Amino acid sequence: MMWTLSKFKNNIAIIKETGEKVSYGEMHTLSEELKGYIPKRCLTFILCSNELGSVLGYVTFLNNKIVPLMVDSNLEQDLLKNLIKTYKPDYLWVPEKKFDQFKDYEVIYKSCDYCLVKTDFDNVYSLNEDLALLLTTSGSTGSFKLVRQSYENIQSNMNSIVEYLNLTSSECAISTLPMHYTYGISIINSHFAVGASLILTEKTLMQKEFWHQLKDFKATSLGGVPYTYEMLEKLRFFRMNLPHLKTLTQAGGRLSIDLHEKFAKYAHDNDKKFVVMYGQTEATARMSYLPHEKSLEKIGSIGLAIPGGEFSIIDLDGNKINKPNTAGELIYKGKNVTLGYATCGSDLSKDDERNGILETGDIAKVDEDGFYYIVGRKKRFLKMFGSRVNLDETEQLIKEEFKNIDCVCTGFDDYMYIFTNVKDKENDILNFISQKTGINHIAFKVKFIPAIPRNSSGKVLYPKLEEYYD
Amino acid sequence: MTNLEKYTKAFEETFNITAEQTKGLEYQAISEWDSVGHMSLIAALEDAFDIMMDTDDIIDFSSFEKGKEILAKYDVDVK
Repeated sequence: MMWTLSKFKNNIAIIKETGEKVSYGEMHTLSEELKGYIPKRCLTFILCSNELGSVLGYVTFLNNKIVPLMVDSNLEQDLLKNLIKTYKPDYLWVPEKKFDQFKDYEVIYKSCDYCLVKTDFDNVYSLNEDLALLLTTSGSTGSFKLVRQSYENIQSNMNSIVEYLNLTSSECAISTLPMHYTYGISIINSHFAVGASLILTEKTLMQKEFWHQLKDFKATSLGGVPYTYEMLEKLRFFRMNLPHLKTLTQAGGRLSIDLHEKFAKYAHDNDKKFVVMYGQTEATARMSYLPHEKSLEKIGSIGLAIPGGEFSIIDLDGNKINKPNTAGELIYKGKNVTLGYATCGSDLSKDDERNGILETGDIAKVDEDGFYYIVGRKKRFLKMFGSRVNLDETEQLIKEEFKNIDCVCTGFDDYMYIFTNVKDKENDILNFISQKTGINHIAFKVKFIPAIPRNSSGKVLYPKLEEYYD
Repeated sequence: MTNLEKYTKAFEETFNITAEQTKGLEYQAISEWDSVGHMSLIAALEDAFDIMMDTDDIIDFSSFEKGKEILAKYDVDVK
């Protein structure tokens, strides 16, 4: 069992938006009831939201060897249908307010504003015995590619996080990240491991209700992606009086040097901890952290490997680089390195394909003191407000929707350029891709160019495209 | 351009919508008005009216109509 809820029965597990408190003991009772409706190990989709029902489903399924596949409850309907068709889950755990989408199926149980829906599938694909959890790699494009996480992966990463953040039962984190997202899940995992509390809210930083919840329910920590920190700065976070809030964690992409420095300084001057971290879904969640005492001294660094993990850097030939300040691909070794990917139902029975070693695809260097820095990226994806968006996938989506079109996606984190050779389609493409990915259109720039620059073998010449950047 | 026109235009341009759609519009009622869109909207309004909004007003700015009341505090009459 992943979490022994009854061990902390008098602790508060969840504080809802209304302020209603749910103890670990109550969670235990709710969980025992829910599990009775799923008689055997099988695949179940969770349509995630930051609400009690969502967490209840997740905790219950993992504790009882039912394998959840986590998707955003707001995932576009066509994408969700395709995922269901591909992986054929036995059940869906969905918010009651979204139930309209699943009228064809039978509801067999309701609890905490969620319902358990039985599909027509019955253990269609066999599940590897180590398989615990499935997460999308690029959630927003509805990619079929999933990360396969094992029970050992989750357990070991959770223990490392508890250790390096010194988490205790007196912690109380407020949900600032979605629950289908590995960073959001890691906060739930690590807090439930020590009997700490979670304030669950669907409100965003841009709503006053969020700030009331944070203050009234005395949140002690919050986590954010780089964009969260931009918003906090805009909201003049540094001037707010938040005596209970002690820890700020950051992951989900590279924070600008400027913001790193400002938050590190603020934390230093106000007796708070600012912890920059680095990870990937492929490593369950976390691979490194910058100890808060070093946050001002090592600005821009992702820190040190987490307890139990180990980094190395290799050159193009795969040889280990031992000289400091020399860039190469970052390799991580640890028990939290996931089993591998799945791209179709039959992949769910696959064994461990990585054996504890992950080629991160990130280019890094290490300084004389052993602190790591990310300096680039090997793979073609962008981080858009914390989520990975694969550029080849967005190109494919556009080409499928708009026939006879050539297009290339490129750009920076939080800002994607889409170049197309067809005139007057810019706005249609913009609306399409923003709707498909669920990412605000502000983050995309669609530009017409007469021809996409390619070499003789048809490969896109990306450096040439940079000339068209604004 | 009147203040109301300027105000409406900031919504139209930030969210890629028509003036008609701005009526009664609320935060998160359209996908474009999420927290990312909200930051852009506030920046557009601050530019348009040359003001600097307080945190409490930024997080209280929950609809097209509510925004008009908030701007009045900065001596911007959007009626």
